[in-house]
Order: sequence, then structure tokens, then C-alpha cells
Amino acid sequence: MIVLEQVHKAFGPNRVLQGVDLSVQRGQSLVVIGGSGTGKSVLIKCILGLVTPDAGRITVDGQDVLRAPRDAFLARFGMLFQGGALFDSLPVWQNVAFRLLRGTLARPRDEAMAIAVEKLRRVGLSADVAQRYPGELSGGMQKRVGLARAIAADPQIIFFDEPTTGLDPIMAGVINDLIREIVTEMGATAVTITHDMTSARAIADRVAMLHGGVVRWQGPVAELDTCGDPYVTQFIHGRAEGPIATLR
Amino acid sequence: MIRFVAALGRAVLAALASVGRLALFTADTLSHLVRPPFYPREFGLALLQIGYFSLPVVGLTAFFTGGALALQIYSGGARFSAEAVVPQIVAIGMVRELGPVLVGLMIAARVTSSIAAEIATMKVTEQIDALVTLSTNPMKYLTLPRVLAATLVMPLLVAVGDIIGIYGGYLVGTYRLGFNPATYLQNTVDFLQLLDILSSLAKGAVFGFIAALMGCYFGMASERGAMGVGRATKGAVVAAAVLILAANFILTEAFFSA
Repeated sequence: MIVLEQVHKAFGPNRVLQGVDLSVQRGQSLVVIGGSGTGKSVLIKCILGLVTPDAGRITVDGQDVLRAPRDAFLARFGMLFQGGALFDSLPVWQNVAFRLLRGTLARPRDEAMAIAVEKLRRVGLSADVAQRYPGELSGGMQKRVGLARAIAADPQIIFFDEPTTGLDPIMAGVINDLIREIVTEMGATAVTITHDMTSARAIADRVAMLHGGVVRWQGPVAELDTCGDPYVTQFIHGRAEGPIATLR
Repeated sequence: MIRFVAALGRAVLAALASVGRLALFTADTLSHLVRPPFYPREFGLALLQIGYFSLPVVGLTAFFTGGALALQIYSGGARFSAEAVVPQIVAIGMVRELGPVLVGLMIAARVTSSIAAEIATMKVTEQIDALVTLSTNPMKYLTLPRVLAATLVMPLLVAVGDIIGIYGGYLVGTYRLGFNPATYLQNTVDFLQLLDILSSLAKGAVFGFIAALMGCYFGMASERGAMGVGRATKGAVVAAAVLILAANFILTEAFFSA
């Protein structure tokens, strides 16, 4: 279970998180929605310990993320980055098996490669992609490779940062379905940040909306359309008129 | 007046903060020398990239510099009938000074820029964050192998540069200026001392350390976007070049002050 209590984070005068309270149950898929620059990515990076909060507490299964032994703590996580964040200098299979080739989870090279090929197959990529380099792949294929890397070590918790950004609607649908299937099949806890409502509806068990540095609303995805919160309503319908200020 | 003092104070504080950040970065890098895990494959690749692939540029730079040096010493020496000292001055000039400094500056141009641009791009495309989430410390995986490889391989590059530079002087001296080949070589070998060679190699190690460290430091400190990558690369090369020249002065003073 992931619990955030009164998490604050500012970058200079920009107070991005101003007291976020949020919890994610084990095996649950939470989607965090919100406009650009509302701190969704910062929130995930705080949970991972990539960014240190100015105040507040974040625990994963009762363990404070800033005090946990880093390697063992991070070994529980997988993450799909917005742009894929694949390592250009390594072939696809080494990207996928990165964690399995070094550190505490290291395995023999052949075994790591077999796992990488299997994970690539799971995300719909054939074995011949394994030897190619990320620069030779399309955006959709890179997302799939990123997804394969995120699940390569069978993590308990997976983060997805804008998984469908930059993809055409069909490929976005494919990625959404893959994420939902994989999360269900692995029984993993998932936190996805997105402003793509199709993606949110396809992936989420619960939805939380981040606005003004706090969680404005949270609840089951089924209640998203009927929650009555004017901020959520404006956001999910993409209206220019409403309480969320827009630049025109 | 108060505004001027305040601005000066801010500039001094900013400079001190930069020095502090660099010192912490250096200490962090070195601390990983004794803390596993180690990444021998990354170290090997860095040796290849920094050492082997720099050989052509090092060789060409040293060769032409050695040749030009011989011509300069010959024409300058002619003003007081000292043309005969060409082999000795080429040898001492290349080994003590021009070899290490020019190789250092060429490495700053070729390797520092490449390291800074690569790491800065990795940072802006979240590859550094990805490394962390994959339980891999970027300082261990990216910085230490490059800094260690540059420190170890630079003395070899400097040695190669010294030899090729002297050879450039030898070719000009014998084919263009009419020196006897055997006498030229004999004078070169007789004149050089062990300290000259050791100082050259030590300078190489220090310059290699500086060149790689600056590339990694500025790359890791890069800001977002293409402009951030460009700024990091430019800053790394300028800082490496200036620090190499400053270190050269300090090392020359340490090795050869009377």
C-alpha cells in the first residue's frame, strides 16, 4: 500500500505540491489526472525517491521511501517513462533486461535474454526486435519496449507516466489494453499519470485529480462522470469555461 | 555603491557554491572507487572511446606541432647561432609542455564535449531517472567509468603524442633542415631526463581526470531542453580547457621550480 501524507514540494517560488494526501491499495490501479504542470510527474518521482519532498511523508507498505535501502526498495518498482527513456547505446533486449544483467537481480546473460524476448512477446513485439536499437523503432514500438522493461523483473508496483502521449489513437488503445491486461495478470499495484481521459477510463480502478497542488477529488472510475466536482467535470469534458483557469 | 557590493557578493557566493558543488561531485565520484558494484563493461567501453578512438587526433596534432616547433626553433635559434639545439628543444618542449597540454586540450574538445552532450541528453530524456529506477547509480554507471578510464588512458595518449611530436620534429629536422638522423636521435635521447617523462605522464593523468570529470559534472547538471544540452557542452569544454591550463601551470611549478 502506498500512502502519501501532506506531501509538499516547491521548485523555487513554484509550489507544485501543497499538501497531497493519497493512498493506493495493493493490487489497485490508480490513475492521476490533471492539467499540464500540476505536479503529476513530481508526485511519482517523490514516491520513487527521485525527488525529495520538502515536507510530508510517503510510505510503501509502511516503509518510509526516504529511509528504505535503495536497491531493495527500487527492485519492487517498474516504470514506463513518458518518452520511453530507453538507453540509445544498448540493443532493445539489453534495455529490457537491464535490471537482470546487473545488481542484485543479475542472472546469466542467456537467461536474461530469454526473459527479455518473452517480455517483448508479451507486449506484442517479435524476437527480431530484440537485437535492434531504440533509434530504429517507431514511437509506439519504443513505448512497448519501455513497457516490457517496466515489467521485466516482475515488479510489485508499476508507474506509467503519460503512457499514450504522442501515439495515434489506435496505438494508444493498444497500449491501454496492454497496461490493463498486464496489471491484472501480474496483480501489481499501478499508478498512471495522464491527461488522456480515454486512457484513464481504460486503465483505472480509481481516479484522483490533482489541481492546485492538492488532490481535488478521488474516487472509483465509475463515479468520474457523476462526481459533481466542477474541476473534474471541466477537465474530463475538456471545456475552456469553468473554474480551471486557461490561457487564451 | 551598495548595489555594486551586493552584486559582487552574490557573484562571489555563486562562485563559491559552484566550487562546493564540484567538490562534492568529485568526492562522490571518487567514493565509488571502493564501493561495489562496479561496471567493467562500461569502463572498457570508456577506455576504447577515450583512448583508442582519440589516437588519430592526438597523433595528427602532435605530429604537426612537433614539425612546426622544429622550424620555429631553427629559425629563432639562427638569430644567435643556436640552430644545433633543435633536437633538444623539440624533445623538451614536446615532452614537458606541448605534448601533455595539446593532448589535454584535444581530449577536452573531443571527449569532454562528447561526455557532456551524451549525459545531458540522457538527463533531459529521463534516461538518468530510468537508471535510478532500475537500481543503478548513475555516478557508478556513467561517471566513475569515464573518469577512471580518462585518468588511466591519458598518460598513454600523452606518451604517444610525445613520441609522434618528436618524430614530427625529427622528420622536419632531417629532411628539411639537414640534420644528421643519427645525431638528431642521439641528442634527443641524451637530453631527456626521467623527470621530464614522468612529469609528462603525470600531467596526462591529471588532465584526463579533469577532462572527464568536467564532462560528467556539466552533463549531470544540465538544464532541460536543447539549449540546456548546448549550454552544458559549452560549459564543460571551457571549464576543462581552463582547468587543464591552470593545472599545467601548477604541475610545472611543482615539478620544475628551482
